[in-house]
This record gives sequence, C-alpha cells and structure tokens, in this order.
Amino acid sequence: MDIAFIIEKFILVAVIFGISLVIAMYSTYAERKVAAYLQDRLGPDRAGPFGILQPLADGVKMFMKEEIIPASSNKWLFIVGPGLALLCACIGTAVIPWGSPMEIGGKIVPLQVSDINVGVLYIFGVVSLGVYGVMIGGWASNNKYSLLSAIRAASQNISYEIAMGLSIIALLLMTNTLSLKTIVEQQHGWHWNVLYQPLGFLIFMVCSFAETNRAPFDLPECETELIGGYHTEYSSMKLGFYLFAEYINMFVSSAVMATLYFGGYNYPGMDYMATLLGPTWAPLFGTAILFAKIFFFIFFFMWVRWTIPRFRYDQLMNLGWKGLIPLAIANIIITGVVIAIIEKF
Amino acid sequence: MSTQVFYFVATLSIIFSLMVIFAKNPIHSVLYLILTFFTFTVHYVLLNAQFLAVVNFIVYMGAIMVLFLFVLMLLNLNKETEPVKSPLIKIVGVIAGCCLIVTLVGSFKAATITSPLILKNPGLGLVENLGKELFGPFLLPFELSSLLLLAAMVGAVLLSKRDEVEA
Repeated sequence: MDIAFIIEKFILVAVIFGISLVIAMYSTYAERKVAAYLQDRLGPDRAGPFGILQPLADGVKMFMKEEIIPASSNKWLFIVGPGLALLCACIGTAVIPWGSPMEIGGKIVPLQVSDINVGVLYIFGVVSLGVYGVMIGGWASNNKYSLLSAIRAASQNISYEIAMGLSIIALLLMTNTLSLKTIVEQQHGWHWNVLYQPLGFLIFMVCSFAETNRAPFDLPECETELIGGYHTEYSSMKLGFYLFAEYINMFVSSAVMATLYFGGYNYPGMDYMATLLGPTWAPLFGTAILFAKIFFFIFFFMWVRWTIPRFRYDQLMNLGWKGLIPLAIANIIITGVVIAIIEKF
Repeated sequence: MSTQVFYFVATLSIIFSLMVIFAKNPIHSVLYLILTFFTFTVHYVLLNAQFLAVVNFIVYMGAIMVLFLFVLMLLNLNKETEPVKSPLIKIVGVIAGCCLIVTLVGSFKAATITSPLILKNPGLGLVENLGKELFGPFLLPFELSSLLLLAAMVGAVLLSKRDEVEA
C-alpha cells in the first residue's frame, strides 16, 4: 500500500463526496423547479438568475438558525441520528464504478473507489443500515409522533428490502457476479440488463422509492398524520442533515439503478469515441453519460413525487408483501427456467 | 498490521458486548449490540470471509437488530415501568453466573493451545467458493435448513392468523 495509491483514492473519495453534496444541494432547487413546472408556477426565482443561488441561501439559513435540543430528549442519540443518516447515505458511493479506467500521465487510474467482489451486497447492506438514522433520531426526540414515524420507517424499510433483494437475485442469476465493475462491463454494447430484466427493474425501482422514503412512500414524514414525522423536533442544520441525506440517498439509488440496469457508463458508439478522444478523455465522457442517466432518474423521482398521491399505510404493506414479493419470486423462477433452457440447448 | 487490527477490534468487541449488559436503558443495550455486530463484521473481513461479513452486516445489523429496536421502541421500557425484582431472584442470578464462570474457566484450562490453523485455500470465504461448497458437498444440509426456515415462517404466519380462525 504505497503513498501514491492512498493519495489517488483520497482524491477520488474527496471528489465523489463533493459531487454528491453539490448534487444534493441542487436537487433541492431542482425539486422546487420541477414541482413549480408541474403545478404551472414559477418556483424560486429571486436569488440569482433563475434563482440558482437559492440552495446557497437555504444553506446559510440552515446554518444560522437557532439550534434547539428538546430538554426531555436523549441528547447524545438526538445528535447521532442525523449524523448517522448522512453517513449511511454517503458511504454507498464507494463501490459504484463512475467510469472506465482512465489514463493520467501514463498511469491507469480506476474511477471506482473500491471494487470489492461483494459490491451488490455492500450496497444492499448500506441501504438496510440507512434506517437507523431515522429510527434513532425519531426515538431520541421523545415525541410520540416522531416515535410513530420511526416505527413506520423501520417496518417499511424491512418490508421493501425483501422484495428488493429478491429482484436483485434474478439479476445476479444472469450476471454470475456480485462485482459492480464486472456487471457494468458485461453490459457493454447494448446488453443493458433492463432489456433482459424489465420486471426485475420495475420491482427494484419501486423498492428504491420506498427505501429512500420518497413519495408516494414517504409515510415516515406524512405531515397530515404525523406533523413532521421523525424530524418534528429537529431544527437548524440537524434538520438540514436529514433533508440532505434524503437527496443523497436519491442520488445514490439513481446511480445504482443506472449501474445495475442501464449500462452504467456504457453508451452506444463507445468504442468509436474511445479511439476519437483517447484514453484520458473518453472515460470522462462515459462518466458524463452516467451522470446524464443519474440526472434522468433523479428527475423521475421528482416527477413521481409531484404526480402520485401518498399511499395509505395498509396499501403500502399490501403492495410490498402481497404484490412485489410474489412478483419478484415469479421473476426469479422465470429467469432460472429460461437460463436453464438456454444452457441446455 | 493485521494482528494489531485484530487486537484493536477484539478489544472493541469485548467493550461493546460488556456495554450491552451494563447499559441501564434497553435501547442503549440494543445499540451497543449493533456496534458489537459491526466489530464482528470487521473480524470476518480480516479472516477474508467477505461473504459472511456482508451477510452478517445485512442480516444481523440491517434486519434483526432493526426488529429488536422496533419492538423495544414500541414497548418503551424504562425505570418506572420495570417490575421490582425480589432479592431471591438476584441471589439465584449471581449463583448461576458464578457456576457459568467456573465451568468456562475449567473448560478453558483443560483446552491446550493449538498452533493457528492455516486454511488450505485462503479464498474459501469468497462468494464463488462458498457457493460451490454449499451447492456441492453440502447440498442436502443446505436444502434441509432452508426447509426448516420455511416451516418456521409458515408457523409464524399461522400463529398470527389464529384469532381470525377462532372468530
């Protein structure tokens, strides 16, 4: 483990971390603009041209506001909650391949922090850990609405994790690997997994809506029933952490969807572009393509939020347990049978 | 390097598992248990058993402990609601604990220190090799245990449905 390796990884981590935060910041702006467009309004347009400085103004507001820790709360856990939420949101980016290996000054640099051979399971583990931030924060607030919300978050998360895992199993039957890097490389040249696993992708997408607590599954912060949900008692930047974690989660799950099902950094005509741009710039172009896919999914998240009303709690559970899980199991069986037939002949 | 990391993580595991017992608040106990499981995950990584590590992470930390926390939050146990234990139970507990310690110390004294076991195949814990082992030589036990889990699941569903059947 030489110094150059550590510096290279450190720079990569810093850049990815910075990009995630900036994207999360501008997702708040994009969300309000998309909402405004869908509702035939203008949206934020005061701070800067087209209101593009609005996230900065919001950030300053979040930092400057008075911070209140409720007297009857569990102070230590009250602080741990939002920190954990943000941490779990950020560490998912470590295994995503952001581009094909890039040549910088005669040295091949992989645009991925770590290619562990259980990459898909790692993502899954991080997702399952994400609920702790909400649960701990909700419980530590010592508020019954926060507690109800924390409990809702836990049961929703566990229910949809099962369907998500089952939908990934069907994908893994085809890829024969858990490494995200290999999965992306297999999709080179229009072999995008979504073409072979459309049902699996649909289940995965619905589950990622539920896992990120986004509408129509945002029951943990259902304001008509629970005031503000798990962050009712939070103020200032701790509230900001929770909101930020939601947008980073959205970014990471968009990246995972693009990587697993939509070819990651692959695009049509990639080989031609590689000869045209050379080994330094072609991977960056691939990264730009990946980000375009990610932005599309982020837009899709917002589009759905402002189109579909929130589910009722029993509808949510019925959809998860009686709809998605049987569908996912059927998908596994069909995939298995088809693979067996293909291998036989 | 790896030995030092092991000792560091092992110390953390022991501290956190002690905190599970000593914490007054049941929620804190569960949170320390989660940290203990996290240190176990690190141990598995150190042993190059990546699959076991990540499964331990998902199943124990991500699912089972969430359910534990879920139940404890619903019950909302605290000092006021805790029933006062009679001194008799405390004495019985102390005696039982001492018996356990004596047994453990005795058995550890009897055990001889063996040289560290070196795996023939250091990559045994990787997903591919583990899958080949499970679905090759150990296929029958693997399928039987999955049947057992299915039976437990059906049983749990049946138990929760009992009220409806009676009514």
